[in-house]
Amino acid sequence: MIRSLLIAKTGLDAMQTQLDVITNNLANVNTNGFKRSRAVFEDLLYQNVRQPGGQSSQQTQLPSGLQLGTGVKAVAAERLFIQGNLQRTGNDKDVAIQGIGFFQVLMPDGTLSYTRDGEFQVDNQGYLVTSSGYQVQPAIPIPADAQSLTIGRDGTVSYTRPGVTAPETAGPIELASFINPAGLEAKGENLFVETSASGAPIIGQPTTNGLGSLSQQYVETSNVNVVEEMTNMIQAQRSYEMNSKAVTTSDQMLQTLSQL
Amino acid sequence: MDRLIYTTMTGAKQVMEQQATVSHNMANAATTGFRAQLDSFRAVPVEGKGLATRTQVVDETTGADYSQGAIAQTGRSLDMAIDGSGWIAVQGTDGKEAYTRSGSLKINQNGLLQTQAGELVLGDSGPLSIPYNSSLMIGKDGTISQETPGVIPVTMEVVGQIKLVNPPADTLKRGDDGLFRSKDGSPAVKDPAVNAQGGALEASNVNVVEAMVRMIGLGRQFEMNMTLLKNVESNATKASQIMNIS
Repeated sequence: MIRSLLIAKTGLDAMQTQLDVITNNLANVNTNGFKRSRAVFEDLLYQNVRQPGGQSSQQTQLPSGLQLGTGVKAVAAERLFIQGNLQRTGNDKDVAIQGIGFFQVLMPDGTLSYTRDGEFQVDNQGYLVTSSGYQVQPAIPIPADAQSLTIGRDGTVSYTRPGVTAPETAGPIELASFINPAGLEAKGENLFVETSASGAPIIGQPTTNGLGSLSQQYVETSNVNVVEEMTNMIQAQRSYEMNSKAVTTSDQMLQTLSQL
Repeated sequence: MDRLIYTTMTGAKQVMEQQATVSHNMANAATTGFRAQLDSFRAVPVEGKGLATRTQVVDETTGADYSQGAIAQTGRSLDMAIDGSGWIAVQGTDGKEAYTRSGSLKINQNGLLQTQAGELVLGDSGPLSIPYNSSLMIGKDGTISQETPGVIPVTMEVVGQIKLVNPPADTLKRGDDGLFRSKDGSPAVKDPAVNAQGGALEASNVNVVEAMVRMIGLGRQFEMNMTLLKNVESNATKASQIMNIS
């Protein structure tokens, strides 16, 4: 009936998505290992109502045509794997990655997930687990009487036991990296799973192949930039307002038309 | 019957079409690298017998606004913005070369550089293959470099160069998919003068103030056409009253 009404609707939809992504980022501003997302927009296809270059007569051509756009769509909520800040906690079982790697964790169904959140704990079997209780892979057993636990930059885990002089080692912790980390699927609980878009994991020891090094007693904070999110939010809100104004105007045009 | 009704009708119809363009621009006010659509009305006189009183109107998209959008820093290594005129060459879905200003790039599962919409980014000789384990950097002329892994002291090596072109604006047209292509279908040559900026994105160049004002203007223009239609109707009523035999 009237194109601008539907086009403005796509604009409203897109801005709503933008706001959804922003609020999710803001809600996770204190989630360790969280990677913020960014909504990516693209213009929708164009309708050629009249082709430029068409014959207006035998001798003459139309200099320009009529090409009507049909609005906007959100194509992706792209995750930005930018390094977050490292924050010192002093806890021996906190590990942060400086680089592009991910920790591997074993899910209850036997599959592997990947996380950047290195706030580890020990379960009742003595294994290193995430705060949700999923085992870190490869399994790192830590005996109950282990003291002065040290996790090296390259993932080696070592500890001493009372009465034993030589330190014992476990691990090492291995990291996985992906050719396209933005293609990973977020599963919640700070976990990501592999998809066909991310490519297969490339496993290696920290500090090799650019996987990044580990920092014990540190956690990687969320990489959400609050100022940026607030600015984006203002922009999204105003853009939403303007698109709703376009809906109103289209509505008024239809109203005057129907009141003839 | 008076032909005024048809002239008014085309006026109202074409205003609606132009309102669609304005809405489209406004809906894309947050689309990275979007170029605003420009359109204008064109007078089409109706020729024939009698006085030349009727001039109808046709809406036309005359092209795109190629002015610069605001550049915002993102800090993501695979984001790039073009400062000034120029385009990023990509491979369209038809396999031919197309151009975009939207520089939010990613590496797909096969290691090829592509845009967010999935078109492959072109280098000097076809799609660019980028290694996975790298601290990438996009330079001023589209050169992509990375730290050579495992080499101390840190050295940067070049892994490819994005094809940046700058064909004259009047040789480009927008395709149905929103990408720009050259009118004659021939690929543009690489232009070393195009100024790229890594870690930044170019915002849409839609001027929202102008779009809002135009939208209001068009709304009022539509109303005026409607008023004219009403006048036509009352004229016709009056005329038929005169003709009444009572």
